Amino acid sequence: MATRESPLASVAPEPGVAKPDPILVVEHIRRAFGGLQAVDVGRLEIQRNTITSLIGPNGAGKTTLFNLLTGFDRADDGIWHLNGGPLVGIPAYRVARKGVVRTFQLTRSLARLTVVENVLLAATNQHGESLLGGLFSPWRRTEKANAEKAEELLDRFGLMHMRDEFAGSLSGGQRKLLELARAMMVRPELIMLDEPMAGVNPALTQTLLHHITALRDSGKTVIFIEHDMDVVQEISDWVIVLAQGRLIAEGPPSHIAANDDVIDAYLGRHHGEVP
Amino acid sequence: MDWGDILFDGVLAALGPAGAAYALSAMGLNLQFGYTGLLNFGHVAFMMAGAYGTAITVDAGGSLWLGVIVGIASGALLGMLLGIPTLRLRADYLAIVTISIGEIMRLFARSGFAEPLTGGVFGIQAFAGEFFDLNPFAPGARYGWGEFVFQGRALFVSLVGWALVGLGVIVTWKLIRSPWGRVVRAVREDEDAVRSLGKNVFFYKLQALMLGGAFGALAGLLLAIEQQNVTPNSFEPRVTFFLYVVVIVGGAGTVIGPVIGSLIFQFLFFFFDSFMGSAQEQGWFDWAGFDATDAAQVKLVLVGAGLMALMAFRPQGIFGSKEEMLVGDT
Amino acid sequence: MIATLALIAFPAASQAEGETIKGTLEKIDGDVREPVAGVTITVELDGEFIASAESNDEGDWEIPVPGAGTYLVRLEVDTLPDGVALTDPDRFELPALSVRENQNKTARFNLGAGLSGGTGSTFNRLVELLVIGLKLGAIIAMASIGLSLIFGVTGLVNFAHGEMVTMGAVIAYFFHLSPLGPGWPLLVAAVPAILLVAVFGWVNEAGLWRPLRRRRVGLIAMLVISIGLSFAVRNVINIMFGGEPKTYGDFAVQQPVEVLGIQTVPKNMFIIVFTVIVLVGVGLFLQRTKMGTAMRAVADNRDLAESSGIDVERVILVTWVVGAGLAGLGGVLQGASETVQWDMGFKLLLLIFAAVVLGGLGTAYGAMVGAFIVGVTVEMSTFWIDANVKNAVALGVLVIMLLVRPQGLLGTRERIG
Repeated sequence: MATRESPLASVAPEPGVAKPDPILVVEHIRRAFGGLQAVDVGRLEIQRNTITSLIGPNGAGKTTLFNLLTGFDRADDGIWHLNGGPLVGIPAYRVARKGVVRTFQLTRSLARLTVVENVLLAATNQHGESLLGGLFSPWRRTEKANAEKAEELLDRFGLMHMRDEFAGSLSGGQRKLLELARAMMVRPELIMLDEPMAGVNPALTQTLLHHITALRDSGKTVIFIEHDMDVVQEISDWVIVLAQGRLIAEGPPSHIAANDDVIDAYLGRHHGEVP
Repeated sequence: MDWGDILFDGVLAALGPAGAAYALSAMGLNLQFGYTGLLNFGHVAFMMAGAYGTAITVDAGGSLWLGVIVGIASGALLGMLLGIPTLRLRADYLAIVTISIGEIMRLFARSGFAEPLTGGVFGIQAFAGEFFDLNPFAPGARYGWGEFVFQGRALFVSLVGWALVGLGVIVTWKLIRSPWGRVVRAVREDEDAVRSLGKNVFFYKLQALMLGGAFGALAGLLLAIEQQNVTPNSFEPRVTFFLYVVVIVGGAGTVIGPVIGSLIFQFLFFFFDSFMGSAQEQGWFDWAGFDATDAAQVKLVLVGAGLMALMAFRPQGIFGSKEEMLVGDT
Repeated sequence: MIATLALIAFPAASQAEGETIKGTLEKIDGDVREPVAGVTITVELDGEFIASAESNDEGDWEIPVPGAGTYLVRLEVDTLPDGVALTDPDRFELPALSVRENQNKTARFNLGAGLSGGTGSTFNRLVELLVIGLKLGAIIAMASIGLSLIFGVTGLVNFAHGEMVTMGAVIAYFFHLSPLGPGWPLLVAAVPAILLVAVFGWVNEAGLWRPLRRRRVGLIAMLVISIGLSFAVRNVINIMFGGEPKTYGDFAVQQPVEVLGIQTVPKNMFIIVFTVIVLVGVGLFLQRTKMGTAMRAVADNRDLAESSGIDVERVILVTWVVGAGLAGLGGVLQGASETVQWDMGFKLLLLIFAAVVLGGLGTAYGAMVGAFIVGVTVEMSTFWIDANVKNAVALGVLVIMLLVRPQGLLGTRERIG
């Protein structure tokens, strides 16, 4: 449970409520597949420097929402801003450069690169990544500095002993850690994690939670999609609930746990009906 | 059956100008396909761009050296033209477009309509005088010992060709080891992951396509210079197939792979060609009613079947390791 | 090219007398055969000019050559008199005519009245080209449906599809005109041709693609394998059928007739009408039968189809068989329309791809629509541009489509990556 005085303490738990210092503001966003409305969200604001969980039953549109916000999918219609600047129609790599990094539900580790190469790839200051730079610029200097930072990250995540192994040889949980380490190397402002705990053994879960909390404490904003309610209760400052593509509730974890609409969404019935 | 002769044909082909040019062209394809995962099914088009770019420039009055620059640039430009519409889409689309462009270019060069520019079916000849002026070897003389003999002119071209191959190897090696190379290898693994880290995947794919195209163009113009002749008939689709075999046999996604693949392929190809020719003359295939042309074609069937078997059973090539294997679960 | 780069010295030409290449040029107009004089034929060896000759008043020509070997023989098209044209304008040269020792080899060029010269008005000419375009579109449609559906149900772009077209034409030729065959009329010979190509499609799926899928071979590897298959089959056909184009005995050259004020040949109309009938049949199959509906479902969304109980593997097999059969039929039509040659399918491949991309990879109706649009556009473009580069128009259509609407007219966005 978040113990410090949260700036969200005075925010009403209503869907679409404004936040005191939002990093991400969605006015509305819509995406349909075939005849099915996958995402149909109206106003949504994400408070800076918090951990926000995005929950909802399967098929609620959570990953789709991530994809839309980060440019991995094109919205049919929508307006949303990052730090006041528009994000609509911006290609995924540019969204990442603006400081928004997302991870994937099925880990996308670059199997035939080594663990350290995976992290080095994420560095944003390497001139050797351009074609002419690769041939002619003295990129080794930056590479050395980056390697130190990368190793420090790997150490923090307990992956240092696998530094020169192919990422393809890592276990599922280790890959999740690697993806997180890689995301952090980018030094993002906003990190969007898609089910970071899925498939990770319970011992590792605590480590991951610890890392996510540390992210927030170091000034970053985290949104993560999660199914495990205990995790949600434990570290979230705020919870957003999606069901059938719509935002049906938001608020502090304690409020959400008791919210009838949320319970009904998970159980698949309308409030007030006899089961 | 003179086995010495047959063996020798193979060795000579592997080490001669054709071998060098194939190695160079394969290095270009390797950059595109082996390292970046791009499906270029028309690499012969890049070679053609280089050859014709050079010949047309000289024909129009430029120096050969200007022609070489134009030729190489043409290869890169072709890469750009093909990449822009297709690289944001599935891999198949680049394959479709490249297989088409090869034939289109060949038919265009051959047409009466383009004849003032390309020489039509006759092509363009005698444009590489400036190159051969530099030849330190006496063109007609024969160098070597025993069976191993090159003509002066061919020796010169071979040396230049293999020097270019060496240069290409160095450039490829430097690039692949650099951060650029890391991004490109990552793109081959998973484009979305690379995008999520802020890299412009489309741009990297385009660069790889253009750079590989430049290599192909250089190979094409090397061959054109060697023959002092460019005709459309030299640029048939089979060349692309051979290049794929070269790249895969030698190990796709390795620096030396294309060179080794070229040596092996050229040797086997010409050895087999010579063998089939002799065997057919000796009547070994009379039962099948094969004539000389048919015998020559059998090796093509084998190339096709060989490529299929290679991709199905040993895609990492002769020397590649299973871990580094090109086609995992793409 | 590779052969010419071999560094072995070219063996000295044998001094035996008597190797020649010869032929007789006749314009065939229905039942009328007229010799064509004054046409120049050129012979080359390895890119070097050997000799040329002019056909005499009987249409005969003969060129001595310096020995056994593989020569290139070219008919100089601009020496053809007015009103005479090659039945297939692309086959103005035979690039690989092999001559044995002491052989007087015959080279054949098929000449007809040709439709160029036209009937006067621009409108008429355009309509004539439209008809030719519809015919071409019909043939492309036969081949394209299979390719599009196979992609739809398996995700594989079959680069060897062109070879199935060629096989249809070549097998029909065997049953029709081969000295080793039964000598049936073309319409009868077409039947075993289509059936055998359908069987080939079955073998492809059951013997190659399904085992590869089971072994979890990646998509890129499969595409390379399909290219290899295309190359291998093409050259097998080359060995068995020969490198020279041949024409069917029936329908080869027909007298132009006038229909509604425009000139066309009967076979064009026949091909168009016949194809439309077949396409309607295909459409009914896809819409009304259980298997057809299953095919559409699998092509649309494989997982969904599977979870609703459809036997996907069987659907794939049927798709291959039907697609191959249609391709084979397309081959017979193309052979009847022009000539039969070992790489005719490969040459059509660009047009097939253009059609499929235009219509939308994965939909049968898209392939039909795309095929006719491509056919008409390509043929009508010859009104303005040189006929030799008309195929470039197809590539242009393809590229523009990719830039503007990559999923094609009828395709869905999700497929394109």
